[in-house]
Amino acid sequence: MSKYRDLGNRLYSGESSLNIVGRRKLWYLIAACVLILTIALPTLRGGFNLGIEFRGGSEFRLTNSQELPQSLAVDAIQSVVPDVQVVVAQVGLADLRIQTEQLADVESEEARLALAEAYGLEGGEVASSFIGPNWGEDVTRQALIGLLIFLVIVSVLMSLYFRSWKMSAAALVALAHDLIITVGIYGAFGLEVTPAAVIGFLTVLAYSLYDTVVVFDKVRENTQEIEFSETRTFGEMVNLAVNQTLVRSINTSIVGVLPVASILFIGSLLLGAGTLRDIALVMMVGTIVGTYSSVFLAAPVYSHLRENEPALKAASDKVLAGRS
Amino acid sequence: MEKSTAQVAKRKLTWLAGIAAFFTALLVWGTVSGQPGASLTPELALDLQGGTSIILTPTIADGSAASVEQLNQAATIIRQRVDGSGVSEATVTIQGEQNIVVQIPGIPDPTTLQLIKASALLEFRPVITVSSNTPSTESPAVDFSALNDTPATTPVNASDPAWITERVQAQFEALDCTQEYRQPGQVDDPTKPLVTCDESQFSKYVLGPVEVAGLNISDAFSGTITTQTGASTNDWAVNLEFDAAGTEAFSTVTSRLFGSPSPQNQFAITLDGVVITAPAAQAVITNGRAQITGNFTQESATVLADQLKYGALPIGFEVQSQENISATLGDESLRSGLIAGLIGMIFVMIYMTFQYRGLATVVLGSLVVFALLVYLIVAFLSWRQGYRLSLAGVAGLIVSIGVVADSFIVYFERIRDELREGKTLEIAVEAGWKRAYRTILASGAVSLTAAVTLYLLTSSSVRGFAFTLGLTTIIDILVVVLFTHPLMQILARSKFFASGHKFSGFDLSAARASYRGRGEFRISNSVTEEKVLKSSKEATKRQTIAERKALAAKGSDE
Repeated sequence: MSKYRDLGNRLYSGESSLNIVGRRKLWYLIAACVLILTIALPTLRGGFNLGIEFRGGSEFRLTNSQELPQSLAVDAIQSVVPDVQVVVAQVGLADLRIQTEQLADVESEEARLALAEAYGLEGGEVASSFIGPNWGEDVTRQALIGLLIFLVIVSVLMSLYFRSWKMSAAALVALAHDLIITVGIYGAFGLEVTPAAVIGFLTVLAYSLYDTVVVFDKVRENTQEIEFSETRTFGEMVNLAVNQTLVRSINTSIVGVLPVASILFIGSLLLGAGTLRDIALVMMVGTIVGTYSSVFLAAPVYSHLRENEPALKAASDKVLAGRS
Repeated sequence: MEKSTAQVAKRKLTWLAGIAAFFTALLVWGTVSGQPGASLTPELALDLQGGTSIILTPTIADGSAASVEQLNQAATIIRQRVDGSGVSEATVTIQGEQNIVVQIPGIPDPTTLQLIKASALLEFRPVITVSSNTPSTESPAVDFSALNDTPATTPVNASDPAWITERVQAQFEALDCTQEYRQPGQVDDPTKPLVTCDESQFSKYVLGPVEVAGLNISDAFSGTITTQTGASTNDWAVNLEFDAAGTEAFSTVTSRLFGSPSPQNQFAITLDGVVITAPAAQAVITNGRAQITGNFTQESATVLADQLKYGALPIGFEVQSQENISATLGDESLRSGLIAGLIGMIFVMIYMTFQYRGLATVVLGSLVVFALLVYLIVAFLSWRQGYRLSLAGVAGLIVSIGVVADSFIVYFERIRDELREGKTLEIAVEAGWKRAYRTILASGAVSLTAAVTLYLLTSSSVRGFAFTLGLTTIIDILVVVLFTHPLMQILARSKFFASGHKFSGFDLSAARASYRGRGEFRISNSVTEEKVLKSSKEATKRQTIAERKALAAKGSDE
């Protein structure tokens, strides 16, 4: 424990320092590899596994199926609508989820009652949903429009706050990295893309920027008068800032992941597939990747963008000359 | 100076207590005095409570999108239909710019569903007879189908009393407008007479067959009556314009009705079979422009004009989604959500204790205050704004624990940074706050921008999520400013924390050890606070640690 705190002290003073900004080629390479992987894997799988909200269809949910065979559900539905394709999945401990193509109102009601009868349940214990194919698309389209406008506004705000568009640019690079990886990992596991997952992606987006702003605020503070520094180059100063916030970054990601992990655990154990699990899974990946990218991508990119500015270059050259 | 810091801190805590007390008092008052919708617990959304949610998009025959007024009209009509079908506690809301969401507890029967989806029907029928409604004390079980329904003589026109057959007469007499007199989703034969009531349930009518259909109305608008000289009066009226077919049909109707004895000079306009108005013809109208006058106020004229305009378009509803959640599943979801939240909170606390020792009590206190405020405000919004806590909302709240805890981490780390610079705790708490505050506000602004943008531009569950995000961000900042910071100010004066006790979380002995030997970089207790503040200000302005260390080393060499 005291070692960890000791580490915090040494990172702060610059006594121990991880050379993060200086090894940017390594981080770029890692980012590129992971990005290619997360784009390639879902593509190889044949695209995303879209949830019923995007495909359209009817869904039934049985609570407390008493471990009766799943074939009962198929028979029950096909007794109402012959030849319809039925997909049955167990969710949680004792719930069944049954999906079919879109059924007519009357058929759907009959199927619901047939299911209740087959499993010896009250009518109220079988839930039925029907979702038009436009529903998920509508939600996603709106979310995408909202996302674009948000990015424009937040870029302008960050440029004003940090007085440098380069910070905005670096933050957006990290953001794109986080989103692609989160979406990619989700897709790589072949998990269903539901509106809940889309909400999860939006949370990751807000979190990724939030975390980058916290790190950049320290960078801004440290590099305010960097032109006059005689001991550190611009890149080294950014690196110091990143190191000084490293303990915070680690603590934050752990504290962020803990509640999400508990939702994921409880959500998938007790409830099976559903809103909670989808959001938690996306958030879990997003929080970790988001914290990582603020440190290992946003900061090196920002330093990369700025270190060749004439004033900074001159200051850095002076520092380096003084050392040799 | 010391005293004033403590006073300011105490004042901030009082403010916070005041805010919490205000909302608590408001909720208690609302609940005790029985305000509609007020309750000490937040209302739950359908996915936690169980029930059916139907999302409808209005579709217009010609493919154009429904306007905002039409959407409002459609929602009103659906609300009337749902209420009329005897479903209690249904909510009908407009979501975004094109959807109507109907939420019904339990599982609706197919007829209710059919009713909700049906398009509204506006018709013009002539009045044959009218009488005021007399509520019947008992309903005689008359078998209407046994009665003769063939007119005694062939009716010569739609206003002919010959339409009143034995059966129609019996139905008219038995009709009690205060009872449920129409079947949900009832479709009337346009070639047959209709026995029905007006909206206010004061009068009941026998109406002739349909003579003009609603879709023959080309426009309807309210306005004040202008006299023949062109002067405007203060009387309101509803103006109607018909298309070519409507003009011709309406001309035929008015030429027959005008001059007929009352009530056969009246025509009734029905919406879904209920009379919304029954004006008398005061002229033969051949140009297709009619004006309905009467005791209209601006409001009632606008309502009628909207109804007519809406009814003029055969708006149907396309079901976007129909979701049914059993009450058991809802309960289960809520319970799992709460368990997950609790476990998450416990884990966060364990980790914070591990990391920040005594400071974890500050975190615990802040999180409890945060949870309390969120609860109060969610309960308040659920009462005043109809906010419903959904599963996505619960997930959002749990996730926010991490983000809120981050504010504390940022602050604590800044205080530690200041301590490493060699400041006393009391000064470090202030200096660290100034920096942390900026960071917390800047990052909070990002979250808030995300929340506002998404809230304004999206609908449904995304909107619920955006709302939660915005709410927690604001409360987070509120808690840090009004609770965590003042609490730190007060604690910094306590011996336990100020002395850097092993378990205080500010024990940086390791740091001192590491600096020792490189020039005794350590704070001396004999240095006055002002001096430290002054010198440290100077230092942070100009120098980095390394620079200062070098300087200190030089100093000790001399």
